[in-house]
Amino acid sequence: MNELSLPQLMGFVATHPVALPIYLIVAAMLFVLGIMACMLRRNAIGILIGIEIILNAAILNFMAFWRFRGGLDADPTMSGPMFGVFIIVLAACEAAVALAILLNLYFNFGSVEVDKIQQMKH
Amino acid sequence: MNSEAANVALTGWQGANIAFWIITIVVLVSAFFAALSRSIVQAAFALFFCLLGIAGYYVLLGSAFLAVTQIIIYVGGILVLLMFGILLTNRPLQRDLPYSPWLYALVCLSGLLLLAAIETVIMMAPWTQAATISAPASDVRPIGNMLLTKYLLPFELAGITLLLCLVGAAYLVRRRER
Repeated sequence: MNELSLPQLMGFVATHPVALPIYLIVAAMLFVLGIMACMLRRNAIGILIGIEIILNAAILNFMAFWRFRGGLDADPTMSGPMFGVFIIVLAACEAAVALAILLNLYFNFGSVEVDKIQQMKH
Repeated sequence: MNSEAANVALTGWQGANIAFWIITIVVLVSAFFAALSRSIVQAAFALFFCLLGIAGYYVLLGSAFLAVTQIIIYVGGILVLLMFGILLTNRPLQRDLPYSPWLYALVCLSGLLLLAAIETVIMMAPWTQAATISAPASDVRPIGNMLLTKYLLPFELAGITLLLCLVGAAYLVRRRER
């Protein structure tokens, strides 16, 4: 079992172009980090941050698949960036409405900790 | 490797390669802090670097338009909105309680399991890649053409949704007369 030294690793990085599975793995790591944030956080805004990370992982997947299928030449309908633009627009909608709801929760309950908010009407 | 040799080597995809790995380190470290840092303000600042790094990915993947959109809307809009939300709902004397170690262990374990499952699928799939991948060209003109032809209906629907959401958000946070 030869161990991988740092120069060998650098040599590998310098001689192999970044391929599709590497992008997919990075996006999977981002997705899992977002899921972990959603599970761990008590603050509702922290959960929102987790959702933003998940959305970005999804856009990264769309973009990577679009690019490694051939990019602009193979797919002139720009499906990858188009998905990204629409996801970003919907994320903006979602963040605005979620923060409005959270501000109302804060006015009514004095906290945005999701553990403490257990009734729908105050 | 001396600097001149490095400059010679930095043509074509190799420069993009080095940029990719630098961006990857930035994105993963900042996403880690954004997801798991105890202080919510710290998490928002880490999310800033994470989103900027992902904009760098979009440049490497050949869509400068999406990168600029990401910076303007995500970093300039959504993140500022999140910071406002954090600062408006944080009590000054509220301490960030530590998470219970059991919850922490459970979350880390399930996260690692999920990651292992996804990566197994990615590694087992027989990926084929397009033989020639076009060099990144300007993508603003095709995006504009497509938005007003093929994607016209989603474009209009997204605009209406955005309008409704913003009006609804303003309505939700209005000052109520008691």
